[in-house]
Order: sequence, then C-alpha cells, then structure tokens
Amino acid sequence: MSLIEFKKVSKYYQSGDEQVAALKQIDLDVNAGDFLAVMGPSGSGKSTLLNIFGGLSNPSEGELLVDDISIYKLGGEKRADFRSSYIGFVFQSFHLIPYLTIMENVMLPLAIKRGRNGFQKKLAQEVLVRVGLAAKGHRLPSQLSGGEQERVAIARALVNNPPIILADEPTGNLDSTTGKEVMRLLTELNVEGRTIVMVTHNPENASFARRLIKVKDGRIDC
Amino acid sequence: MRLHNISLNNLRRRKGRAAFLVIGLLIGVTTAVTLITLTRVMEADMGKKMDELGANIVIVPKSHNLALNFGGMQVSGIALDVKPLHTADLDKIRGIKNKENLSIVSPKLFAVLPLQGTDVFLAGVNFAEELRLKKWWRLASPAATANMTSHQNGGTMMAHADRASGKAAFDLKDSLRSNDLLAGAEAARLLQLKEGAVVNIKGEKFTLRAILEETGSQDDALLFADLLAVQKVSGRKGELSLIEVAAFCSTCPISDMVQQLGDALPGTKATAIKQAVEARMETVRHFRRFSLGISGVVLFIGSLIVFTTMMGSVNERTKEIGIFRAIGFRKKHIVQIILLEAFLIGLAAGLLGYALGIGFAWLTLPYFLTSPGMGVAFNYGMVAMATGLSIFLSLAASTYPALRAAQMDPTEALRAI
Repeated sequence: MSLIEFKKVSKYYQSGDEQVAALKQIDLDVNAGDFLAVMGPSGSGKSTLLNIFGGLSNPSEGELLVDDISIYKLGGEKRADFRSSYIGFVFQSFHLIPYLTIMENVMLPLAIKRGRNGFQKKLAQEVLVRVGLAAKGHRLPSQLSGGEQERVAIARALVNNPPIILADEPTGNLDSTTGKEVMRLLTELNVEGRTIVMVTHNPENASFARRLIKVKDGRIDC
Repeated sequence: MRLHNISLNNLRRRKGRAAFLVIGLLIGVTTAVTLITLTRVMEADMGKKMDELGANIVIVPKSHNLALNFGGMQVSGIALDVKPLHTADLDKIRGIKNKENLSIVSPKLFAVLPLQGTDVFLAGVNFAEELRLKKWWRLASPAATANMTSHQNGGTMMAHADRASGKAAFDLKDSLRSNDLLAGAEAARLLQLKEGAVVNIKGEKFTLRAILEETGSQDDALLFADLLAVQKVSGRKGELSLIEVAAFCSTCPISDMVQQLGDALPGTKATAIKQAVEARMETVRHFRRFSLGISGVVLFIGSLIVFTTMMGSVNERTKEIGIFRAIGFRKKHIVQIILLEAFLIGLAAGLLGYALGIGFAWLTLPYFLTSPGMGVAFNYGMVAMATGLSIFLSLAASTYPALRAAQMDPTEALRAI
C-alpha cells in the first residue's frame, strides 16, 4: 500500500523572465516500509523533490498524498503539524542548534508537544541510546565529531516516532567509515519498519536502499 | 523542553549578543529613570523653594468696602466696622485637612501710630514667619548703613552694621526680639531713622535693628515690629488685619485649600493669588516636559538599537528558523521564541536600568539641589514603570523582526544553509 503518492507533480521556478522546470509531471509511489534512494546530478531536481516530500515546498502542479492526506491542500500551519507528526528530517550539514545541548537538540521536536519534561527526557534518552550517544547528552554540538553530530540529527528525527524519515545527503560531510555507520543506522531503522527517503550522490550509500530512482532534468529516469 | 527553554538558552549561551541588546535598551531606561527621578526631586525642591517665595493665599476679614491696598490684595482697614481676624484663627488654619501643605502662616496687624510727631504705618508681624516669607529682603548697603550709624552710636553700631549689611534679612530671624524694629527703606528715610536708634511708640521703647533695602513694594513704607508688641501699643490685643499663607501648592490643588480655609474661618475671605500659583505650576510643568522629552528621545534610540539588533539576529538565525519550521514549529511558535527573548531582554534592561538610573540620580543629585534633606528614594511605582516601559519597547521593537522570521519560507531558510 502506498504511503506516499506523487500525482503529476511539477515544480517551476521563475528565473528572470524565464520559467525553469525543476520537476516535470512526477508520478511516484512510496510504500510504507520502503527505503528509497534518490540519485541524480546536481541541479537535477532531487532536493526539490525532497522538499516537496517533506511538505516544505508547494508544487506548481499536481498533488501529493501522504497517508491519503493531500498535504498541499492543508493550510501552512496544518502542514507544520503534519511535518511534526509524519516527517523526521536528517540534513546534510546536521543543522543542530548550536546553543542547545545534545539532549535539548533531540528534545526540540517535543517542545511544541504536550508532555511533561521528564517524559520528554525519557524519550530523548531512548533515542540517544539508540544512536549510541547516551553519555553525551549534556554536551554542546560543537563538542562532538561530525559523525556524532549526524547521529544526533538522526536521533532528533526519530524522537517524535515519525513514520517517514527524509535524509538529504546524510553522509555528505562524513568520512567513509563514519558514513557507513550512519547508513547502517538508517538501514536498521528501515528494518524496524520506518519508511526512508534518502537523497544521495553516493552510489555506495544508494546500495543500502531497497529501491533506487534517478532524477534527471526534472524527471524520474529509471 | 518548552519554547521558553530555547529563548533562555539562546540568551544564556549567546551572552555577547544578549548583552548588546540589554545595553541598547539599558541606556535608554537608565537615562529616563535618572532624568525622571532627578526631575521629581528637583520639582519638589523647586516647588518648596517657590512655595516659600511669598504668599500664595491671603486671608482677610470679609468686607464690602475698599479700604486699603496691600500688595494688590484688599485689606480691611482699621476704620471699618468689620469683624477682625484673631490670633486664635491661626490654630484653625493649622487644623485644616491639607495642613501638611501649609509652609508659612504669617499673621499681620496694621496700625497707624504716632512716632516723632508723625503718623507711621506699623506692621505687627511674627518675625520668624515673615522673614521666611520675604526671603528677598536684604539689609541696606554698607555705605548707607555706615553713614547712618556714624551719627548714632559710634563704633559699636558701626561694627554691627558692617556685620549685618548686604546680608539676607532672613539671617536675623533668630536674633530679633520683641522690642526690635525693622524699617523699610522709604520709612527710614522719611523718619530719618538710623540703625540702632531707639524710638518711643505710645510709651513703648523699640530699637531699630536693621533697615531694609528698597524692594519697590509697599514694604518700603512700613515699620515692622513684633505682632504682640503692636497689638499691645495699638490696644488691639489678639487682633489681626490679615494672614498671609504660603502653601505647597505643587502637591495639592490650591482651590481645595482656599475652600478649606474659608470653611475653617467663616466671616473671612481667603483668596488665592492665582497668578503666583499658575506661574509656579507652569515652571514645574515646563521642567517636567523637558525631562520627559529628553527621556523619550533616548528611549526611542534604545528601541531602534533593539529593532536593528533583532532584525540582524533574525537574519543570522535564518538557518535555525528553517530547522524549527522543518521539524513542525508553527509560525506562532517562532514569534513566541523571539518575543520571549525580547521580553526577557526588556525585563533585564528595565530592572538594571532602574537600579543604574537611581544610582546616577543619587550621585548627581547634590549638583542640582539647593535644599538640604532631599534625596532619592526607592519607588515601587517607578520600578514598575521602568520595567513595564522597557518590556513594552523591547516587544514593540521585536514584533516586526519576529513576524518577519515567522513568515520566512522554510525552503529558502534551509537553502541559506
């Protein structure tokens, strides 16, 4: 059963007087529990695809259904609630908040949810244990290595227990050994039942995915 | 984890930026508190000084006749058949509701009595009160006094004249006795009186202690003696012609006091010298407007600093805002985070600004005050005002940056990464 369904999705940008098509009439189904890798050269439209996946960028045409919800028919604030409940983002440059501790960074998605602080800490501690950083919760991001920061970003994406993880070049800033550790972690999460959509340049990373699509000139080419 | 934890941690871990924001507002609040505190104390000081500068209420017996003019006020003359004021009325005046606003109560009895073959206009006064009321009275110049005294009692009086002349008559208030006289310049000249002269009025001997410089008022033509002595020699024991009152009108409506005096003394007429009152109040109002104007300008500049720094901060935090939005924060959550920071900055600047402002006011007050015994006092109302104003300005200056941050497109924000 499709968890995510792209229906003739296009995205155009205005560049001066010219209209540039970033995505053209994309039809794509992602089933619950899939691990989808999206590959393509720079400027092919894969990041635009990921933004539309995440409810961050309105498509110019077409419709995106997630769990049978047409998410771009939701208002901006409802779409924020959708992101909070359905999506966990893992960014290429980690994007941790520098003035919050690791524990606080992981708890960040819970700041807008109901629930006592103790309960939030328990959840955050569980995911930190899951990513192997249980002992470093009190540190600031600047006190961690790149690989550790990426794992914190994954922990933050997991803390809300979202069904979908969107990862944008998750190993882009890591050495190959650390990159493989992160990919193994994502694979474990997929095995546990989470749907993962990952944008990557790296064929080695793509090999961890169950399904691969290539984007070229705004179209799926596979 | 709550939104306020994000605001608090941002301020706590970005101390430099937080300090810059606080300082921007702090300067404005400190200046405002300093100026307002100084103004208040100076207002009180100035009010006190001005209230002591002559009477602002005159009480006379009720009369339908024009009898005598004294300083622009109608005074019931001695020849008229009106019920005179009495010494006991002074206690009634001091018993009115706004008695704490009474600064000086100076009773007077006017009598025309023979002296050296001429009728003179003698004013019986309470010297202590009268000299406080007429602080502009000065003793006659050394040359004039020396010239006068050389004809009278030789070296002793010459020394006395040198000591007294040119000084404020107020300095004599503790040394004047019941048989002493003060003479207006014109009266002394007409009667050819010299300082130290002993004169006989209706069998009572009086010593001329000092001659006053010309004032250009009716005082120049008068001889001033102790009230009880004048009552005695004029045979009008306990009687008063008028009572001059100096009231602290800066803290109470003068019309209320006039009403209270009228009620306390039926059969009399209490009149406010409105021109004097208005002039005093206008001066105080001008001063207040000036300090509020300066405070307003400084606070405006402080608010601009907060505004520009907050705008800069929003631009710097584009990435963070993008992350917040991507993980599901609503626009209102972004606004809350930024406005909560603004609130905390305003609170800190308000409290610190009050403390510093009071400190500066305390340090600088001696350079502005002329009266001893006035000081800066802790004032809860001012703390609330300083803090409230600071928070309001900080929130007002941060509202646009907060709304701008909330409107930020998350994909654009993340692209800036």
